Amino acid sequence: MHYLLLLISGIFVHNFILSRFLGICPFLGVSKQISTSVGMGAAVTFVMAMASAITYVVQYSILVPLHLEYLQTITFILVIATLVQLVEMVIKKMSPTLYDALGVFLPLITTNCAVLGVALLNVQYGYNFLESVVFGIAGALGFMLAIVLFAGIREQLELSPIPKALDGFPIALITAGLMSIAFLGFSGML
Amino acid sequence: MKKSKMQILKNGILNENPTFRLLLGMCPTLAVTTAAMNGLGMGLSTTVVLIGSNVVISALRKVIPDAIRIPAFIVIIASFVTIVQMILEAYVPSLYAALGMYIPLIVVNCIILGRAEAFAYTNTPGDSFFDGLGMGLGFTLALTLLASIREIIGAGTFFGISLFGSGYEPALLVIMPAGGFVVFGLLLGLINMLTNKYEAKAKAEGDKLAEEVK
Repeated sequence: MHYLLLLISGIFVHNFILSRFLGICPFLGVSKQISTSVGMGAAVTFVMAMASAITYVVQYSILVPLHLEYLQTITFILVIATLVQLVEMVIKKMSPTLYDALGVFLPLITTNCAVLGVALLNVQYGYNFLESVVFGIAGALGFMLAIVLFAGIREQLELSPIPKALDGFPIALITAGLMSIAFLGFSGML
Repeated sequence: MKKSKMQILKNGILNENPTFRLLLGMCPTLAVTTAAMNGLGMGLSTTVVLIGSNVVISALRKVIPDAIRIPAFIVIIASFVTIVQMILEAYVPSLYAALGMYIPLIVVNCIILGRAEAFAYTNTPGDSFFDGLGMGLGFTLALTLLASIREIIGAGTFFGISLFGSGYEPALLVIMPAGGFVVFGLLLGLINMLTNKYEAKAKAEGDKLAEEVK
């Protein structure tokens, strides 16, 4: 039950994009089409789950015993960069089509603040190993939900008449704001 | 064409303002701009990291092998972020608490990696210093502007000073995440509108000049 609540809270109530502002860059950058946003969401989900698990091990079996907590930022970002490299190599070997579809956005997962953010939040909240992984997956699924919904809306926006000054990013941001208001409705749930 | 130091500085603040023109570093832009003070603090912290990483990367640009430049950049950036984080924690604990996890997240701010790749890696340390300063100030200005608007409407204060007295009912939504998106979207629209007008005017004047020359 506890893990289920963690999952729901991560996906809906404290959605990474719409209420924590983590991962806005890919959210605005890779949301022009539903298909690419689904691929992006899946890749991010995998990286976030793995990153939660590995940074937990690094934090509590290397950094804390050696009193090197101040190296947290550097270590975590290196772990994430290596992980993304690994995912890139695996996808390239296993499914060249998916690799081509994701293109440049795959290496860019390194600079997705949601990934480093989830690692830091796990430490900040003092989650144990399993909680960290569940929280990572929940955050990633929330990311995927938001980006896929947003891509759907943006596909429609392409066809709508929009004032010239608001065309492109401004209208996308306002749309995201309205989505955020809709997600506020979940906040009383937990 | 070689640009002068002043041009590089101006380029970062106006022509290629990282927030309003290039749309980089969106996460801190939206997340910390709930109060003018936080926006200013975030902007200045980022500026320090940006200048430091730009200068060091540019000084080491002949030593860093091309194939592993991105990990090398990230380590340099992360070191500066850690330094800034420690300084803030020691001297301005209130700001450190307010910005929270967004300070370590400066590492993944696309502006910094973007400038390392696009400018510092191919230019001299001197030029890179001014590029970092210009981009950093442009970012700081944008953040402070957005944060001021949100603080004034959403809390009725400016840098913590009450503006409208106790009768004002603050529009809380503007400080909430949703308000961040909407206010920034409208601000961006306004800036686009002004730029379009300015460009149209400049073009009209150019055409007129060309007429007269004929």
